[in-house]
Amino acid sequence: MSVVERQEWDVVVVGAGGAGLRAAIEARERGARTAVICKSLFGKAHTVMAEGGIAAAMANVNSGDNWQVHFRDTMRGGKFLNQWRMAELHAREAPDRVWELETWGALFDRTKDGRISQRNFGGHEYPRLAHVGDRTGLELIRTLQQKIVALQQEDHKETGEYESRLKVFQECTVTRVLKDGGRVSGVFAYERESGRFFVLEAPAVVIATGGIGKSFKVTSNSWEYTGDGHALALLAGAPLLNMEFVQFHPTGMVWPPSVKGILVTESVRGDGGVLRNSEGKRFMFDYIPDVFKEKYAQSEEEGDRWYEDPDHNRRPPELLPRDEVARAINAEVKAGRGSPHGGVFLDVSTRMPAEVIRRRLPSMYHQFKELADVDITAEAMEVGPTCHYVMGGIAVESDTAAARGVPGLFAAGEVAGGMHGSNRLGGNSLSDLLVFGRRAGLHAAEYATGLAGARPPVDDEQVDAAAAEALRPFSAEGEGRPEGQPPENPYTLHQELQQAMNDLVGIIRREGEMEQALEKLADLRVRARRAGVEGHRQFNPGWHLSLDLRNMLLVSECVARAALERTESRGGHTREDHPAMDRDWRRLNLLCRLTDPTGGLAATDPVAGQISLTRETTDPIRPDLLALFDKEELVKYLAEEELYE
Amino acid sequence: MSGYTAHFRVWRGDVGGGGLEDFKVEVNDGEVVLDIIHRLQATQAPDLAVRWNCKAGKCGSCSAEINGRPRLMCMTRMSVFERDETITVTPLRAFPVVRDLVTDVGFNYQKAREVPAFVPPEGLGPGEYRMMQEDVDRPQEFRKCIECFLCQDTCHVVRDHEENKPAFAGPRFLMRVAELDMHPLDAAEDTGLDRKRTAQDEHGLGYCNITKCCTEVCPEGIRITDNALIPLKERAVDRKYDPLVWLGSKIRRRSSAD
Repeated sequence: MSVVERQEWDVVVVGAGGAGLRAAIEARERGARTAVICKSLFGKAHTVMAEGGIAAAMANVNSGDNWQVHFRDTMRGGKFLNQWRMAELHAREAPDRVWELETWGALFDRTKDGRISQRNFGGHEYPRLAHVGDRTGLELIRTLQQKIVALQQEDHKETGEYESRLKVFQECTVTRVLKDGGRVSGVFAYERESGRFFVLEAPAVVIATGGIGKSFKVTSNSWEYTGDGHALALLAGAPLLNMEFVQFHPTGMVWPPSVKGILVTESVRGDGGVLRNSEGKRFMFDYIPDVFKEKYAQSEEEGDRWYEDPDHNRRPPELLPRDEVARAINAEVKAGRGSPHGGVFLDVSTRMPAEVIRRRLPSMYHQFKELADVDITAEAMEVGPTCHYVMGGIAVESDTAAARGVPGLFAAGEVAGGMHGSNRLGGNSLSDLLVFGRRAGLHAAEYATGLAGARPPVDDEQVDAAAAEALRPFSAEGEGRPEGQPPENPYTLHQELQQAMNDLVGIIRREGEMEQALEKLADLRVRARRAGVEGHRQFNPGWHLSLDLRNMLLVSECVARAALERTESRGGHTREDHPAMDRDWRRLNLLCRLTDPTGGLAATDPVAGQISLTRETTDPIRPDLLALFDKEELVKYLAEEELYE
Repeated sequence: MSGYTAHFRVWRGDVGGGGLEDFKVEVNDGEVVLDIIHRLQATQAPDLAVRWNCKAGKCGSCSAEINGRPRLMCMTRMSVFERDETITVTPLRAFPVVRDLVTDVGFNYQKAREVPAFVPPEGLGPGEYRMMQEDVDRPQEFRKCIECFLCQDTCHVVRDHEENKPAFAGPRFLMRVAELDMHPLDAAEDTGLDRKRTAQDEHGLGYCNITKCCTEVCPEGIRITDNALIPLKERAVDRKYDPLVWLGSKIRRRSSAD
């Protein structure tokens, strides 16, 4: 095996979105030499696509807001499945994380008195989202990017090198976390541009790779979202938590076909947009579930008054949590009341003056104009559900973001599970990235410092095995393939996977279909071993996709298997054959682990597969947090015995 | 409207050289150039190198030159071309080719590092910042930038003049200087950093002769020349040549609105 270049760092952060960059900033400021590895160019991560805002109870617009109210909203949105300690930390720390961005140069939209403006969003009781028009994610990523550059400028002044303490390895992909016995010793990665392999030796690795949406056909996610971090953690021996919970955002574009799935921000509804079916009816009033009956307007008049006078009226049901709205749209389309291209109508044109729409929703105006020839100031948009976010993820310790069972491994952001329970509220993602990105960076740096002088060694055998695995697609011609049969096309495999997940483990789930999905995944797994590529290692997208397929197949199996196991409907998991929420399931988490931890990835048996599930009962919610809710509300979510504990 | 077959010519090659390759490829309703490039990858050229991410005009990754014009491939609809038109896609010309449509945009990251960061004001803690919307409107326009680097690619100062690169930051990073200069709370001046002067002296503002090419290609519609470069030039000139302005600025701090 050829010699692979090695470098030593204290903390390696995998992923350069909001969570990864915030973790890197923290680790570097705590004195750890920190490397960031990202698949794309620095500053292009998926976070740039976040539109609506960052949820933080700063109470700039409504003084009634505070962390307790935010905590309550988050728990309700997640149907009480959230890791309550994470939800608590998130609600308490989010304001500090937003204010800190201002000291790094962020420019949020302002209130009349010069504070950070906050907007309404689904599931949030008060206007809570700090925003910049509808391009908040861009502001977040640019601010963090520029903060990293600022730190590099400091290091340059002191050491003469920009990258002496904080370096971004852009357009590089990690394919394995390396271990010394049970603990982390580094990562194995390749550089896209050259195809060259390298190893970063580090005692602490923070996974911040985002989500899994590219396993679904209709998605708002970019190509990077192939579940890399989820798979890396599984392969390193860490469990994934509650992977059945996948959020389908209610409003994605539905036409033209090539843009199907692209996000239409929830701000459209937060700012007054309404949903109508083909009969012109505001159908959301028919879909307010019992648990939310007291909190939402019962008539259009009341809902409309709320925008002006939120203290004396209830909010319109267009602002229910996303899972509720997505299911409602799905049901309307199914009942034959959809729009011409299979969605429903989302209208702001009759609700706001054209000039206000262009100012408040510039990206949406631009997106529809450019991509669909629709002028949203003059006509309604057509929208439908799109795979947007995974609530499940790496099981972590709430306070430290440490992955369970693998010392030295940390996870933050979308790739970490637990914070959002069964459904994430809009705006809680960007705040999650900042709160837990910082915590992951902090604890990773502390852990690495604690091991100074006794760094875990990197095992040559693991490096060789990782290199062989990564090179496999170039030699797919031979192994296990009948004479004359061409290698599998990775693009075709990917399309089949996306179609299967979309059709069989999508927004509405049925037992038979999920079993079918598991069989399809087993078939794809076998074929993916034969995925072959043409050309050489330099910037070869076919090769990269072949490697990403391993991750997508692992993660897809987790989703399908957990979804089959959970026989209830809750948040982002809807079972047609088990339509009700079951209070006994609230306390149960499903953990996915690799069946064969030695890395035998070719398991073809759809019943056994590669993933084993275990059930785990969660810790009871701390009494002072439970006391923030009325008993009548808790009865809807908690089992009898929990109420009397 | 139904599908049709289009004629594409795509530059393929690497640092050692290359050329245009011809493809016949299917086009469907509503598609953009990036869709067609993806179809080529999936069906005819699996190793065709292209950078892309969001496919929604938000990340600025898929920059290329389409029929010679710098554009985002994800925001260029096929319907803007005639069906019998040959569509030529080439990599950004101002940057060294890595492979096929992918170029080495490292120049931009280097220039980003040369612009001193935001300087937080002394005595104001997190949560204490107060700024009026009308004062943040101007820098906010520049923060819409998605760093697609089309302006950097098209700018004639560097497009065919490699020798100007060391001295010239390019429109994107001159705009960054303007943005920081217009930030209502940036305290650079208190630390002895005169951003307007550095635009001229260190970032090569003088090379710009306001032909507005950068503004024309900006997919975000940012008025780079009118709102960032010209004001920066005017103020640089004020400072350099007008002793009264210079003196005034020393006696009383200018308000952020001027």
